[in-house]
Amino acid sequence: MTSWVGTFAEDMVNFIGTYFQWLLDIIKEVINWPLEALGSILYNIEPIVFLAILFVVSILMTKRLIISILIVFAFYIIDWMGYWDSAMITLNMVIVAALIAIIIAIPLGIWSARSEQANPIIKALMDFMQTMPAFVYLIPAVIFFGLGIVPGVVATVIFAMPPMVRLTNLGIRQVPTELNEVADSFGSTDWQKLRKVQLPTAMPSIMAGMNQCIMLSLSMVVITAMIGGGGLGEDIVYALSRVDVALGFEAGLAVVLIAMTLDRLTQSLNKG
Amino acid sequence: MALNMNNKRPIKAMDDKFSELITTEMNSFKSKIRKPIKRLSENARVSHYENQLSKNIFADINCPTDSEGNEIMIRVKNLSKIFGKHPESAMKLLKNGMNKEEIHSTTPNTVGLYDVSFDVKKGELFVLMGLSGSGKSTLERCMNRIIKPTSGNVIINGLDITSLDEDDLRAVRRKKMSMVFQNFGLLPHRDVKNNVAYGLEIQGVPETERMEKTKRAIDLIGLSGYEDSLPENLSGGMKQRVGLARALATDPDILFMDEAFSALDPLIRADMQDELQRIQSELNKTIVFVTHDLDEALKLGDRIALMKDGRIVQIGTAEEILQNPADEYVCRFIKEVDRTKILTAGTFMKKPRGVIQASQGPRTAIKIMEEYDRNNLLVIDKGNHLIGMIESDDVLNVIKSGGVLNDAIIRDIPKVGIETPMKDVIQIMITTNFSIPVVNENDVLLGVVSPSVAAEALNAGGDL
Ligand SMILES: Nc1ncnc2c1ncn2[C@@H]1O[C@H](COP(=O)(O)OP(=O)(O)OP(=O)(O)O)[C@@H](O)[C@H]1O
Ligand SMILES: [Mg+2]
Repeated sequence: MTSWVGTFAEDMVNFIGTYFQWLLDIIKEVINWPLEALGSILYNIEPIVFLAILFVVSILMTKRLIISILIVFAFYIIDWMGYWDSAMITLNMVIVAALIAIIIAIPLGIWSARSEQANPIIKALMDFMQTMPAFVYLIPAVIFFGLGIVPGVVATVIFAMPPMVRLTNLGIRQVPTELNEVADSFGSTDWQKLRKVQLPTAMPSIMAGMNQCIMLSLSMVVITAMIGGGGLGEDIVYALSRVDVALGFEAGLAVVLIAMTLDRLTQSLNKG
Repeated sequence: MALNMNNKRPIKAMDDKFSELITTEMNSFKSKIRKPIKRLSENARVSHYENQLSKNIFADINCPTDSEGNEIMIRVKNLSKIFGKHPESAMKLLKNGMNKEEIHSTTPNTVGLYDVSFDVKKGELFVLMGLSGSGKSTLERCMNRIIKPTSGNVIINGLDITSLDEDDLRAVRRKKMSMVFQNFGLLPHRDVKNNVAYGLEIQGVPETERMEKTKRAIDLIGLSGYEDSLPENLSGGMKQRVGLARALATDPDILFMDEAFSALDPLIRADMQDELQRIQSELNKTIVFVTHDLDEALKLGDRIALMKDGRIVQIGTAEEILQNPADEYVCRFIKEVDRTKILTAGTFMKKPRGVIQASQGPRTAIKIMEEYDRNNLLVIDKGNHLIGMIESDDVLNVIKSGGVLNDAIIRDIPKVGIETPMKDVIQIMITTNFSIPVVNENDVLLGVVSPSVAAEALNAGGDL
């Protein structure tokens, strides 16, 4: 039994499904393309090559030797436990979803920081997106995009976006009035003010948002296994259905190791 | 101890060392590849810059002048600013004589400024002074239109900027004026040279020219050697030097300074005031300086405007305001100042009564002394330069021994300049007890301060 609220939501979903199929198809393509591009690398790369690249990347990002060694070691363990292929699928989804979320979130954050009209609307939307239980997104995602990896990425983007929007907005709003006056008093254009004053000053906040966005992406990607997202989540769902503690723990550990890796890498961006 | 620590954590020490190494390596690599990329984008921008240069909105506008022929750089005419929605009703109430307080309690609006008019001459250092909330910052921000006035005009160099569109306004801000801020307003992610270069950068000035001008501003302000420091590593005084250098780098005619030195320690603050005076004497900018500190206003200001509740209560030189305060508010404001510290020899000097030229004879000297009933005289040459002083006893001796006046002159006498504070003049007077000559930098005699006048100054200033 549902009230008219639920029925209305259902009608909306049906409406979009019937009249905006073309839009859904475009979205599907847009998401599919980077997934396949990145996937063609991640799924085919030799683990040892991947580890080498990972080492260089983490040295460049963290500028730390020990952490870089630990990160490589974490991925070595994942391989050693036999979860390499699942981990690569998960990583593929996380990277693509987080990228899309960031690309959408930054302009949204800037917009809501600069427009008093847009701000309350975007804020309400973000509240809605963030507090709606994550599983609920899976339903329309499946209806619109069917089962598989694409609806998983769509649900993940929606779930991971709000903190990034929020922190971008906050970061720009917290730029001291004086700095905005500096930009104005020297005759900056709006774009110069944004590029040269507001964004750089808000950067720590934006970076923190990026970090959160990536972490949330990972947790959501695991959940999307329920609609056929695949990857480590699938292993976990499988372990759950068989009440297999050993399998569940190993797959869970692999997720934790990926999470810590992503966190350390993106946190180091924070410090510049 | 430090060695011990390292021994205990050799791995951490190694990691730190590695981190340092890779950071410096990466930075040098980054700067290497950044340059050619930058040059490419710079080249693309140059033509745009030249386009902008050709547009000079002051081209066919004449700067207005006042009755004495001084150019008027800034003219503020009946300027009002009401904060809040629907300012018209508040304006009407103000016209009917309501004051700021009543407006605040009866309407949702706040009065920032009401009916302010004044002129700032070219090359003048004009001080806006008043208590907190009196509207100083609002007035200054109306002058570069960071705040849009409710009514009235601001005319910069003959151009009414209240009616300009965004593009023209931007052009005025870029070429004509810049601002120095109370909390320095430095961009935290930029080093000193790039902070200073900000104004030039947004104008699209090409790299080489930009760096040249930046270097000049940095040298002028004494920041050499700090070019690559980040603001967080600078002391307050140094930060404000960066702020000042940034404002000067674009070579504007007008400098707006909003409590620019208020956040500094007293000693550094005095340094910066001196620095500003030095720069001002070198560059001769028009400066509008906001402060709530009377001492600062008196020290720096060519003229001072005292503000209260969004209106100007009095405008004048330091001395005019101190000698004829317009009302109770001004009186309260200036009560604490030691007036002898501000009032200078120039204020109190009189035309010297009875001087003698060195070429004249001793007998003439005695005659002049008798005429004015005194027993000493100042001696000058043909060009009115002060040579010294003679006393009647010495002159009589010279007459007895048949010498010339020159032999009687006491050359080593105290003298003061126009700017010498009365406080110091009185100090000298206590030890000599005769009129003190006032001379200019070429020793030309301008006047004297007599003991009776000094006593008057003492009365005006209270205890010394
Ligand atoms: N954005 C604003 N909105 C509403 N009222 C304002 C705003 N800015 C200033 N005011 C009001 O206008 C009046 C003048 O403020 P202003 O900042 O110009 O004073 P000030 O003389 O610079 O004071 P201070 O020495 O504290 O800087 C004050 O009553 C203030 O409350
Ligand atoms: Mg102020």
